[in-house]
Amino acid sequence: MEPIIRFENVHYTYPGDELESLCGVSLAIEKGSFVAVLGHNGSGKSTLAKHMNAILVPDEGRVLIEGVDTADEERLLDVRRRVGMVFQNPDNQIVANVVEDDVAFAPENLGVEPAEIRRRVDASLRLVGMYDFRMHAPHLLSGGQKQRVAIAGVIAMQPEIIVLDEPTAMLDPQGRHEVVSTAFSLCRARGMTVVYITHHMDECIDADRLIVMSNGRVAADGTPAEVFANTALMEREGLDVPETVRLLQELRAAGVRLEGEPLAVEPCAELIAQALLKRSRK
Amino acid sequence: MAEIVTEKLCHTYSAGTPFEQTAIKDVSLRIPQGQFAAVIGHTGSGKSTFIQHLNALLQPSSGRVLLDGQDINRDKFSRRDVKWKVGLVFQYPEYQLFEETVYRDIAFGPANMRLGKEEIDERVREAAAFTGVEEALFERSPLELSGGQKRRIAIAGVIAMRPEILILDEPTAGLDPAGCAQILENIRNYREKSGATVLIVSHSMDDVARLAERIIVFDRGCVAMDGTPEEVFTHASALGEIGLSIPKAAQLACALKKQGVPLPDGIFTHERLLRELLAVKEGRVC
Amino acid sequence: MLKDITLGQYFPGDTVVHRLDPRTKILLVVVYIVALFQAEGWIGYALVTLVTLLCTALSRIRLRSMFKGVRPMLFIIALTALLNIFYTTGTPIRPGWIVTWEGLARAVQMMLRIVLLISGTFLLTYTTSPIALTDGLELLLNPLKKLRVPVHEMTIMMSMALRFIPTLISETDKIMSAQKARGADFETGSLTRRAKALLPILVPLFVSAFKRADELAVAMESRCYHGGEGRTRMKQLRMERRDCIALILGGIFLALMIALKSLCL
Repeated sequence: MEPIIRFENVHYTYPGDELESLCGVSLAIEKGSFVAVLGHNGSGKSTLAKHMNAILVPDEGRVLIEGVDTADEERLLDVRRRVGMVFQNPDNQIVANVVEDDVAFAPENLGVEPAEIRRRVDASLRLVGMYDFRMHAPHLLSGGQKQRVAIAGVIAMQPEIIVLDEPTAMLDPQGRHEVVSTAFSLCRARGMTVVYITHHMDECIDADRLIVMSNGRVAADGTPAEVFANTALMEREGLDVPETVRLLQELRAAGVRLEGEPLAVEPCAELIAQALLKRSRK
Repeated sequence: MAEIVTEKLCHTYSAGTPFEQTAIKDVSLRIPQGQFAAVIGHTGSGKSTFIQHLNALLQPSSGRVLLDGQDINRDKFSRRDVKWKVGLVFQYPEYQLFEETVYRDIAFGPANMRLGKEEIDERVREAAAFTGVEEALFERSPLELSGGQKRRIAIAGVIAMRPEILILDEPTAGLDPAGCAQILENIRNYREKSGATVLIVSHSMDDVARLAERIIVFDRGCVAMDGTPEEVFTHASALGEIGLSIPKAAQLACALKKQGVPLPDGIFTHERLLRELLAVKEGRVC
Repeated sequence: MLKDITLGQYFPGDTVVHRLDPRTKILLVVVYIVALFQAEGWIGYALVTLVTLLCTALSRIRLRSMFKGVRPMLFIIALTALLNIFYTTGTPIRPGWIVTWEGLARAVQMMLRIVLLISGTFLLTYTTSPIALTDGLELLLNPLKKLRVPVHEMTIMMSMALRFIPTLISETDKIMSAQKARGADFETGSLTRRAKALLPILVPLFVSAFKRADELAVAMESRCYHGGEGRTRMKQLRMERRDCIALILGGIFLALMIALKSLCL
């Protein structure tokens, strides 16, 4: 199957910068997958995200969204409709004074029929669980609620892909949980392709695939279990590793035999308990 | 000597209007000199309102704040002087940087204290050293630096006042893990060298578990729990009820105990968990 | 505190006034202002006050919120009143005094006029969402597009400004607190000193406003914003019967006021 997003040897340097922010990134992202992108500040992960809907266009190489080149000016709106973007600061992406007007903004720009916009707005708000707040003023909502409104505003374009660029960086734990679970449900229940950029490793545990960016390059790419297992690399990149992974590795180093890489707390505890208790029974 | 005590502190916003809202109620706490305490609670629990009382930015609706036994709100001058003794670093402090150079921004607080030029210079260099701001950056504009650097400059701006009590509202919010680790290290360093009391508001239970000697839990404007990390984190379900979690290591310890692994209570750091698990292993093998 | 400023605030509701077409409401406010300036004598002012109170009651806006809108203007209102008291000739209250009965009457009327002017316009912004307001304005000004006036751009700028007022106000609050914590003093000293003391607030505020504008532009573009061309509206503005009735009532009101004025003369 043709991947929904394809990066072909993408190079990009910000105007005025000397160093390249992306140095030859090649990637293919499968339709319907949940891809998490980790990296420290300045690793190029946001630059990567901004290439996915033609906010930035490669200096060299190409980015294809369902086969459409993002550099093709004629198809610009088409690309942006297919790839919805959610950004870090919830305050700076809400354009209207009332929640439902904000969600209507994108379909209005696309010239959708009024009745159809109404349908989409209601459906999008229900999907993120913000329908009851449709008449509220956005600045009175919590951070997590604002981000869910921003997600609804993007879903109303009916995109195939949704890219979230550090959507939880400014939120408290509760808001983070709201946004992460909304992002996962879009992928799992709605079949949308989700690209999720973050520096919180615990948000990536359930992703299908985890990409680690470093100095404008892909430093690691695989399932979360595979990537986290390379603790040396994670440490070098200044990234955390889940508590479970660290514990399993250190126990192994101390001679405990443990099979598998469970990332969540419960299965990990089960595995350790089995190993320790079985041993003691001998 | 700097001991801060609050007596039945209450604060109500927009009192007498339909928007009246009690932010904190009957908060009585004593924070002795040199303590490293953490304040936790979800958004809207009153913890931000509470810390803004400690340097008289907010005045209590009722109750008192005492610094070394004296009411900090007794007059205009004490309200101003308390700001030098109790340094408060707000959330996202990098948004308060305004001077043309890093040096002048760090010097803003000491200059407001009307100190001499040499004294200011000494303090700026000292504060910069504490927060790892290189002197090579002094003549640069703070606005062109990276997020982590800006954050450290902003913290240096408060440390330059040499506060005896340093309060930080979510100092690591929005930073990547390396940036977080560095800031926490800077804070620990300042406390060790200066002997200051440190009060940190944080959402990260793992950071709190590693650093703090005492945890104060706020819920709906009141102090819901107050004790050492061991004491507070044993109440995992009570914390869960008010929307807070326990550190990952404590969660693992809990799950392991449920699976029948004999572990003692009060495990909440990774190092301790590993040590106890290895002890279980050795014990059983021998 | 700064948070109390209600400028451009919208109170959602579902009353007749809320449901009127924004174009109707904008026109009615224009009619209202013209009518207000026709007011002459106590009967005229009483009539306008009555209409204002009636509209406020219909829109279920609390009088307290109305006064809140007036509060920032109190200084100007007081100044106008004073000027009128001292600069109107007529019968002195007591022989030898400068203050005249006519002056007092004029002062009260002038104060009423300003308060009513503010209340009327606030009633518009309280009951009309800024989006509806700018939409209405855009449609009313549409004919000007033929004269190459950038109507869409102007109205979208206005709605963005309205959207960010609360955000910037709370940001100003935060920055002020942060600078106070570093010992900044905004209250004492000479005027130049105090003006200089504002720099630590204004510089960060501008820096962040520019950053916000930058991010907002990217966010709008990525949501397919490309100017006014080909845009549709979720909320179609349609003139209903109640709009016709309201406009007719507005017309009658204006005619009445003009008639009253000519009677008085």
